[in-house]
Amino acid sequence: MADAAGVLVIGQTSGDGLDSTAAELLAAGRNLAAALGEELSIGLLGDTLEGPAQQAIAHGAERVFAVNHPLLGQYQPDLYVAAMDALCREVNPRVVLVSRTPEGRELAPRLAFRLGVGLAQDCLEVSMDESSGTLLANRPVYGGNAVAVVSCERTPQIAAIRPKAYEPTEADGSRQGQVVSFPVELDSSQARTRVVETVKEESEGVKLEEARVVVSGGRGLGGPEPFSGLEELAKILGGAVGASRAAVDSGWVPPSYQVGLTGKAITPDLYITVAISGASQHMAGCSGAKCIVAINKDADANIFKDARYGVVGDWETVLPALTEAVRELMDS
Amino acid sequence: MALKIAVLAKQVLDPEMPMAAFRIDDNAKRVVPPANIPPVVNGFDENAVEAALQIKDSQEATVTVISTGTEFALDVMKKPLSMGADELVLLQDDAFENTIDSFQTAQLLAAAIRKLEGFDLIICGRQASDWDNAQVPLGVAEILGVSCVSLGKKVDVVEGKAVVERIVPDGFEVVEAALPALVTVSNELGQPRYPTLRGIMAATRKRPTVWSKADLDLDESESEARVTLRQLFIPISDQECEIIEGDDAADSGRLLALKLREAKII
Repeated sequence: MADAAGVLVIGQTSGDGLDSTAAELLAAGRNLAAALGEELSIGLLGDTLEGPAQQAIAHGAERVFAVNHPLLGQYQPDLYVAAMDALCREVNPRVVLVSRTPEGRELAPRLAFRLGVGLAQDCLEVSMDESSGTLLANRPVYGGNAVAVVSCERTPQIAAIRPKAYEPTEADGSRQGQVVSFPVELDSSQARTRVVETVKEESEGVKLEEARVVVSGGRGLGGPEPFSGLEELAKILGGAVGASRAAVDSGWVPPSYQVGLTGKAITPDLYITVAISGASQHMAGCSGAKCIVAINKDADANIFKDARYGVVGDWETVLPALTEAVRELMDS
Repeated sequence: MALKIAVLAKQVLDPEMPMAAFRIDDNAKRVVPPANIPPVVNGFDENAVEAALQIKDSQEATVTVISTGTEFALDVMKKPLSMGADELVLLQDDAFENTIDSFQTAQLLAAAIRKLEGFDLIICGRQASDWDNAQVPLGVAEILGVSCVSLGKKVDVVEGKAVVERIVPDGFEVVEAALPALVTVSNELGQPRYPTLRGIMAATRKRPTVWSKADLDLDESESEARVTLRQLFIPISDQECEIIEGDDAADSGRLLALKLREAKII
């Protein structure tokens, strides 16, 4: 498209406010917009956007496109793609950033195909080649065994950024920005899918994605029972319990426990893995952990390559001893 | 009328291959297929085959598996047939290279689906274990203009609608979609069934339909890649692991706790 300019972030809202992933995108987008010397804007979709719009400005958006429509109050992919498509065609940005959240996972590819452009998927880092205005994106491939640097051939260049890959920008209430209402025509008949029931399956207590400490178990645990031992340690540390895909596939814990490329991405201060081999697909979900601790009886297990501290030994002996010692330390 | 189901499946390098066998050709910007480790059907695509067969278990349905590539290991790609799928369509041409671009791949698959006169339901794995793009299925749905539900862990067709248990971060939601629909599935769907002896025998006798580029009605203007691979490399971890070693395993556990306290992590 001719005369494309600027960086447009598609931001998600949560409750009455801006979702943290939107602030992460604004952080990534700010660098790109600065390199281009162009505007950083954000598109917000929903039915009450005043709060999120002001927060987006505080987080660095120079212009907010408020795509207000009663039908956007609830997430529905067909309507969201239609609204995003209309917004991108009108704004005509050079770059579009989407967060690879559960919603972004399906919206970003559909948007790219609808616009007939490329999408750099699941990026950990994006940068701008200033001379050509080309977006360069680093993204893990082959389950995290390799990293690809890709660019998109058409405009807008779209990148879906992995949540937590960027630190959100700090909010600054003194920042100024413009809120523009973007009217969009939508019809409920455009929605081809409908949610008829919602079933909660989450573990109680601290949410996995928000926990400062996570204790995860893998295939080596051999069954569902040992997870109670992991829960005990997690509870003492005020943390949450996670699992590898092998443990989920075996039916020992529900899918909502899964940490990894196709599960949840977590960024705890402390990540204790118990009997997890550390396949790259698992590590893709915990690469943001500040300190990884591995307990595994196989000294050659891949997990020790990424761990800060490790114990080579049988979890059945190591874990109870660790738990007791941690309990004493936390009580003292 | 029998329900017409398509499964889109990809042949990939075995993701379980040992790390030592994982090598990259820097100049060609591709992963070198390891000798002596045969390719496999992408794991999530096997889940997709399983999802299709579960529907076929309970109602009249045909299952057609479609794949695209430059060359195929036929015994590998026949696995869905031995599991119980009815037909295999291979889009094979030197031009159908496995690149990081999803746009062209989706165009090919959509063209094949059109040539097969469409399907009531198209089931796909959520992503392929090589490029992890998670784009082709959603792209096919966009090109064909069909309903789209991603991340199913259970798929059924009830009263002319697709009913999908769709994974969300805190559980799942039940989604209804008008047919024709495309659904992507994840490993939460459960272990794919093993081929039976009878299935293997039947698969041996079946010959895949093979189409080249000339057999497909492709729009040239839509055939250019939209994403370019500029560089491919293996990341290096600079993490040094400190192994905590006590008198025995229990002692190591205690020392680990002390080490974490000392490092002010707990």
